[in-house]
Amino acid sequence: MKIHLDTEKCQGHGRCYSLAPDLFDCDDLGTAVVVIAGELNDEQLAKAKLAAGNCPEFAITIGD
Amino acid sequence: MINPPVEDFATDFDHTDEAWVADPYPIMEDLRERCPVAHSDRYGGLWAPMTYDAVSAIANDTEHFTSRTVVIHNGRPGDDALPAPIGVAPPISSDPPFHEIARRLLLPAFAPRPIAALEDFTRELCNRLLDEIGDAEFVDASNQYAEHIPVGLIAKLCGLPAEDGEQFREFVRIVLEGVDLPTEERIEAFQPIEEYISAAIVERRESPDDGLISYLLDAEIMGEKLSDEHVFGSILLLIVAGIDTTWSAIGSSIWHLANNPDDLERLVAHPELLPSAVEEFLRAYAPVSMARLVKDDFEFQGCPMKKDDWIFLSFPAANRDPKAFDNADEVLIDREINRHSAFGLGIHRCLGSNLARLEMTVALEEWLKRYTKFELNASEPTTFSQGQVRGPRQLSLRILERS
Repeated sequence: MKIHLDTEKCQGHGRCYSLAPDLFDCDDLGTAVVVIAGELNDEQLAKAKLAAGNCPEFAITIGD
Repeated sequence: MINPPVEDFATDFDHTDEAWVADPYPIMEDLRERCPVAHSDRYGGLWAPMTYDAVSAIANDTEHFTSRTVVIHNGRPGDDALPAPIGVAPPISSDPPFHEIARRLLLPAFAPRPIAALEDFTRELCNRLLDEIGDAEFVDASNQYAEHIPVGLIAKLCGLPAEDGEQFREFVRIVLEGVDLPTEERIEAFQPIEEYISAAIVERRESPDDGLISYLLDAEIMGEKLSDEHVFGSILLLIVAGIDTTWSAIGSSIWHLANNPDDLERLVAHPELLPSAVEEFLRAYAPVSMARLVKDDFEFQGCPMKKDDWIFLSFPAANRDPKAFDNADEVLIDREINRHSAFGLGIHRCLGSNLARLEMTVALEEWLKRYTKFELNASEPTTFSQGQVRGPRQLSLRILERS
């Protein structure tokens, strides 16, 4: 499983990089950036789901 | 001018009505089942969607709805508004494509890292206020504490004297609460605000500092300095939008804890719950309802909207919609999944959300370090603000236990 971030939808609410700083960071405007490439391990997957579930813009999905 | 009392919110909606100000949540629930988009002929025509789905759809639809003015008031919209796309207070009042240009200018100053650098300043400010309160048995958490925190932060960010705070609060009151005044009186009431901001701009032009006024004066869009109206409008926005919003959010959080001793006890014992508690207070007591204007005649979810009708865009109502949140009317300070819309949805997401979260978190942390048990003072009523920003304005508490 991998993280997919829709940068068109992201408005910089910052929930993902607050809740899962190992998986997300932000640029100078506060827009989210995914910092992990490739497959997620179980612990990362749980954090990614937490970040996705708290994104007000539904910008994060987790899939293949 | 005081609007007549509302008989039925479904057909005569008014967010300044006493019943709505006192407790809007049961009204939202009732309307959500019956309408779910309420209507009113007041303010020249107004629609008030109460579901998450409708609020989100409108917030994301810049084709049919404009942000040209975002404070609902008497007098036909447009009388005192600059034409789109800039609007009176860019970028909140701007539409695409100008919106993004104006917003990108300000975003770096409000990004997580520069805001995190204000943590020590915020903590010192909170502790100074708490020191002043001292050992008093009765404390007004709104007037003696919450109110002063955003005033201090906004003054610092703009490079304005902290002593001017009293004036800022008066400006906010004029802009956000004088909404049922006739247009001429509203324009007159605006005079002191215009004078204050214009003088501050002149001063910063002569002696630049590292605050946001100087930053805006120095900024360029495609090689050109910003227009005077743009600089003025953005400073107006920072002063108006940055103060009673966060004041309200801090006040509502403390109000909840005074009313819910179990949550208070739990948060004192488990400060690690504070981040999720802050998000839950933002969801359940979201302070801000925005506004839009209908661009042209348009049918939305079966409602025949007319050009220049107001939209009362209630993020607080969206946040209480049971279709979007489990147990929507319960405040769960450890709620894990919380896609609340307290800071708006779509391109106008609150510019200051990182700052607001910092202020709320530090304000609550420092408060709870000192006051571990408190309740509402039964002999002083709690009052709430009227208008598009909701929060306690008098919040007298009795301190029962200090640490």
